This record gives sequence, structure tokens and C-alpha cells, in this order.
Amino acid sequence: MSKTVLSVDDSKSIRDMIGFTLEPKGYAVIGAGDGVEGLEALGSNKVDLVVCDLNMPNMNGIEMIRKAREDRRFDGIPIVMLTTEAQKEKMMEAKEAGATGWLVKPFDEAKLVAVVNKMIGGA
Amino acid sequence: MNPAAQSFVQESRDILDDLEGILLELEADPTNPKRVDAVFRALHTLKGSGAMFGFATLSAFTHHFENAYDRIREGKATVTPRLIQLSLASRDHLERMLDAGPDEDGAPAEDPATAELVAQIEALEEGGATAPAAAPAAESFVITFKPDAAALKNGMRPDLILAELADLGEARVTTRAGDVPALRDLDPTVCALSWQVELTTSAGREAIDDVFIFASDWEIDIQSPQAEPATVPTPAPAAEAPAAEAPAAPVAPAPTGSSPKAEDPRAAQKTDSVRVQSHRLDELMDQLGELVIAQARLNRISGELGDAGLASTAEEIERLVTGLRDITLSIRMLPIELVFGKFRRVVRDLSTELGKSVTLETRGGETEVDKNVIDSLTEPMVHIIRNSIDHGIETPEARRAAGKPEQSRVIMRARQSGGEVLISVTDDGKGLDAEAIRARGIERGLIAADQEISEEQLFGLIFEPGFSTAKTLSSVSGRGVGMDAVRRVIDDLRGTVEVKSQKGRGTEVTLRLPLTLAIIDGLLVRVGDGPFVLPLSNVEECVELPPAEETRKSGRSLLRIRDQLVPFLNLDSLFGFERVESPDRRVVITSVEGRRTGLVVDEVIGQYQTVIKPLSLYHRGIEGLAGSTILGDGSVALILDAAAIVKRAQGALKSAA
Repeated sequence: MSKTVLSVDDSKSIRDMIGFTLEPKGYAVIGAGDGVEGLEALGSNKVDLVVCDLNMPNMNGIEMIRKAREDRRFDGIPIVMLTTEAQKEKMMEAKEAGATGWLVKPFDEAKLVAVVNKMIGGA
Repeated sequence: MNPAAQSFVQESRDILDDLEGILLELEADPTNPKRVDAVFRALHTLKGSGAMFGFATLSAFTHHFENAYDRIREGKATVTPRLIQLSLASRDHLERMLDAGPDEDGAPAEDPATAELVAQIEALEEGGATAPAAAPAAESFVITFKPDAAALKNGMRPDLILAELADLGEARVTTRAGDVPALRDLDPTVCALSWQVELTTSAGREAIDDVFIFASDWEIDIQSPQAEPATVPTPAPAAEAPAAEAPAAPVAPAPTGSSPKAEDPRAAQKTDSVRVQSHRLDELMDQLGELVIAQARLNRISGELGDAGLASTAEEIERLVTGLRDITLSIRMLPIELVFGKFRRVVRDLSTELGKSVTLETRGGETEVDKNVIDSLTEPMVHIIRNSIDHGIETPEARRAAGKPEQSRVIMRARQSGGEVLISVTDDGKGLDAEAIRARGIERGLIAADQEISEEQLFGLIFEPGFSTAKTLSSVSGRGVGMDAVRRVIDDLRGTVEVKSQKGRGTEVTLRLPLTLAIIDGLLVRVGDGPFVLPLSNVEECVELPPAEETRKSGRSLLRIRDQLVPFLNLDSLFGFERVESPDRRVVITSVEGRRTGLVVDEVIGQYQTVIKPLSLYHRGIEGLAGSTILGDGSVALILDAAAIVKRAQGALKSAA
């Protein structure tokens, strides 16, 4: 069974880009538009990895990571955050909140695949 | 500046302070690879964190600086005096860059001073032979790592890290299970295992760092054992020996068993100390002061009520408060080496500037002193050292003519003595010129032309404002300010300063300082209606006031104590109080700078632990008062400054004469 990646991002183009990149590599990709939806999606699917933006409406990425880490059901699920070079402090904050790793925007397909492989060891 | 950048600046200052010391040590011992490594590490830290906290310019500059030392590490260059000179200048430049704050808009700023230093550093590199870049050869690494407690919960996979490492080359993995707790205590979400990987790879150190990119907060140790024998030519200290052995016996079980030992000191150091902002310590001290006062009040009430249960509780609390006080005071204690360390640079720069050859020796640097004392000490010590090198120490020619070694020595010593710490600066220069000081003292009206004074008192004159016997002014000292600043600061610290000198042999300046500033042991006395506290460190003894002497009301009289005449003062007349006849009148014999003076008080109440509170704005600056304190019954007592009172009385006497 293929591994499932959850993309949490308010930008549809990013969600699509992640889908288009990872699906050919054998991953299943599902999407959520903000932190609240992201937590719902985590609860109702068997997710192997989360790729999550930091700035989102309703519930931002750091808040979502924090909430996810409070829930024992999601223990051990890696969460990759998307940051920009200028958000070093946010990055620390997210790491503190329980993020597993990060991907600095702008990123190319190869980088995304490399990080996902690094986290869950290939499809 | 955001808090993260502030903490970076603070950390960087500490690094730069250390760096200065290391550079000077390196200058003395230029072939020591450990010192080179220490410089490199300091620069590397600055470079790395500088970029992260918005100090891109600083980071870029440090990169050049670091390169120079990387070349030395690789054996492509050597440590030269020119390099040390440039390094010290670069270090100072980094300090200025820190002061300037983070880059605006994140864009590296152009600064001619930076460019100039970079050019000089690069010129240095071209001087050395450049080795052709070799093709990457396979290197061996010993990597040990232990996931942190949150690693598994946060989705980190140590197995994938091991797989990634194995992908880089040939890996031998040893799993250490020593930290795994008994089943009953096992938390399955916490990884208690750690690993050691012996890896042979041509991918280089950076590739390994890359593997751990998301695991930067783990305990990770990456060693490249090949480099070890080169950097440790002398027999390594015990703790490092196992690392050096590792390449010689890669299959032996020894490295696995002993390398945790090598980690231990570092791990211990991490938890050994905590960095606390000093204002928190001040607050703690303040609260403790209040507690001491409240406890004194409790004692008084308990004494009045005579309830046995309350009394034993009050005693218990007294014991605890005393313990708490001792601990709090000890937290504020820092080794005086912190002050001494700063002077290596001062001495080096000064002696170069003045063309004198001076070595600085320090003794007793481990002596601990209150942080506030440490902070205030630097300035007076600079004056003393400058004075010593500028006036005391002769030129190498003059020294040779006098039959002394050309190289002169300045020794800084510290030691604790009772509740005081003694700090002395001794030089082997030409000593003080007693005649010149006497002449200058008469000229300045500090002493009468025919006045007989002891040598000690005579030398004390150099601390008077505007006193300088230097015939020409130099840029270093001799402007007549300086030594009086020393006296002022030491007075503020409730200390004393003492000079001994032998013509042609040298001079010794000794500072005598209280160990702490916040709490003193005092003698509670009554003068008129008011309670006063005399610092117990100034008090020698209390004696009866013989009635015969009491009749003399000249303001100052003499008292015979064990065949010695001691002058005494009536505090009530000094303060302008009405004389209240009291059967309890006593003379408190004080000792200030070796001189004994009696102070007549109306009653001696007893020894009293005093928390010093500053005086109000209106009272500050009144000569003779050192502060105030609150007594157990809530009333306020003034703390007397015995030295100032004696001095004031002498002044009054002199002007009356």
C-alpha cells in the first residue's frame, strides 16, 4: 500500500504542486486548506507524513503542529514545514512545537522528494 | 533588536572575550594546535550564528578570518606575529560590528574598515604556499549520536539516519543500549538507544552534517580520527586518549567502551552552570535583604512574647535565612580571574606603546569576589596598571644600567582574608620617589612643610585629586586624574587602598575590598536619639570612656589604650546633637587604613547584620554616611562611613589650626 502524504496549505497551487510531484513517485497525496482542516484530515486518514505551510488562515501551521503533537494518535508522524529563508525564527518555533524538518521555499521537485524520502524512507 | 539577536550578541561578546585570551596564549605558544583549533572554533561559531541572527556582514567578515586559521589547521600556513596582530585587530573589529547591531534590511553593508582588514588577511594567505586542491580522498569518521526525548514522537527516524549514513560509504554501526531503563520505567515513545557509526566515506564532512540537518538538537559528535594524531603531538590528557587510540585499533572494543567517557565532561559542563541575568540576582538579593529584616522583626516579637513554640520556630527560620543568605551570596561570587584576564591585553598594548618589556603574572585568580565588586574593579585596576607601567617601570636601557633584568615583571595577586579580599599589583620598577611626593604634597597644600608623616601616609597622597609628579604628560597616564579615581571607586566599594614602595626596588599597591556589598555585619550604636550602624570591619574594640577625658570638649581628644595614644571624636558634637548624659557612653575604636580613631557613642547596642539600602536622593552625598538600613522594629538606622568621618574631623581640625 502506498504511503500517504497530507499537504496542508492555503494555496491550492502549492497543494497541486506537491501532488504532481509526489504521486508519480508512488505516494498518495491528500490536501487540506488550513490547520483546522489539516487536523481533521489527520484524524480521518492514515497519514504517513504531513507537509504544512506556516501562514494559513483559521489555524496557522505552528498551532496545528502543536495541536497534532498533543494528540497521542499522531505520535511519530513526521511533519515537514514549509518556510522561507527569512523565517528562521519561525522555523525554530515550529521545531520547538514538534515539527520534524523543514523545506525552504522556493523549492524544486527534487528537494521535496529528497526530504520526503529522508523522512519516511521512500514510497 | 529581537531577543534572539540579543542573546547572540551576548554570546558573541563572551566568545570574543575568550578569543582575546586564546590569541594571546597562541602568540606565546604559536605551534600549539589546540590553540589554533580553539581560535578556529570560536570563529566558526560566530560565522554560523551570525548569519542566522541577521549579522550577515559580520558573518562574511568572520569567514575570511576563519579561513586564515583553517589554513593553519591544514598545515598550509603558520602562526606569525603579523597574523596575531591582524587577528587582534579583527577581533576588535568584530566587537565594533556587534555594537553596530544587525544589518539593515538583511543586506550586507559595505564598510571600508572591513574591506581593509579582509585585504590584509588575504594578503597573508598569498604569502603562504598554496597547495593544489587534492581530489577528495576517503576519510574515516567516528560519529556518535543520541536522539533527544521528543525525537520519536516528532516523527524522527533514527533508522533512516543510519541508512543515510550507510549510503555515504562503508559504515560499521554499534548500538549502545546502556541507557535503556528497566521495563517498568520504559517509555516507549522515548528513544533510549544511541549509536556509534564508524564511517569511511569520500563524501566529506558536509555530507554527514547534511544527514543530521533536522536533528541538530540531538547529542551528536562527529570526529575525524585521522586528524587527531596531528593535532595532539604531545601525550594527550587522559580524557582524550581514547579518541587518539581509535584509529590504531579500530576493531578493538576499547573505543566503544571508552568514548562515552570522552563525552561525559562536556555533557556535565552543559548542565553544570546556568546563565542568569544579573538584575535577577540583584532582585534576589533585594528580596533576601527584606527577608533578613523581617526575620529580625520576628525574632524581636518572639522575644517579647516569650512563647516557646514561637521562639523555636523563629530560631529555625533564623538558621534557614542565614543559610539562604550564604547561598545567595555565593551565587554572586565570580573568580577574579575575569578581571585579571582583561589585563593581559592592556599590559601587552601598553608595553608595546611605551617601548618597555613587561610580563604580567597573575596569582590567585580563582579567588572569588562579588559580581558587583568585579564589575567596578576593572577601571581602578587599569589606572594602577597604567601607572605602574608608565611611571614605575623603567625603559630596558635604564633597567640594564641599574643592573636589573631588562624584562620587568608585574604581578597581580588576589587572596581572601576573613571577610575581605586583598588584591595587589606589584612591579619591580623604580619605586615611588618619596621626596618628589613630599614636595608635591607641600605645593598642593596637602601637608604642612614641616609636617612629620609616615611613609605610608605620604604615599597615600598620590590618591589625592590632581596629584601627579610626572614632569611631562604622556598619553597613558600622568594627567593627574586616575589615582584619585582609584580611591573614589575603592571608597564606593567600602574598601581601602595601600601603597608600599622601595626606591629602586618596586611598588606594591594593595586593594582591600569587602567580599560582598549587599549585607554587612555592623555594630549597632546609639548617638543622641538615633540608632546608627558602624561596619564591623572597621571596628577594633569598644572601651569605657574615662570620665577625666570626657571633660575635654575640644572635639578631639586622646585616649590611652594599652600604652598607645588614640585620638577620639564625640559623634554627638560632630553631628551637632545636644549632649545627652548617658551612663552607657562608650568609645568604639575604629581602624581605617591602619589608623586607629575612637568614636564616642551614647550606647553600644550590639552586633547587627545589616542589609545596606541606598540613601534617598536628598541624603546621598552627605559625607560620613554610607547608606541606611531598617531595624527589626521597623525604624531606620543610618550606616556610618568611619573613614569619611575620621577624614572630615581631621579636615575640620586642620582648618581650625
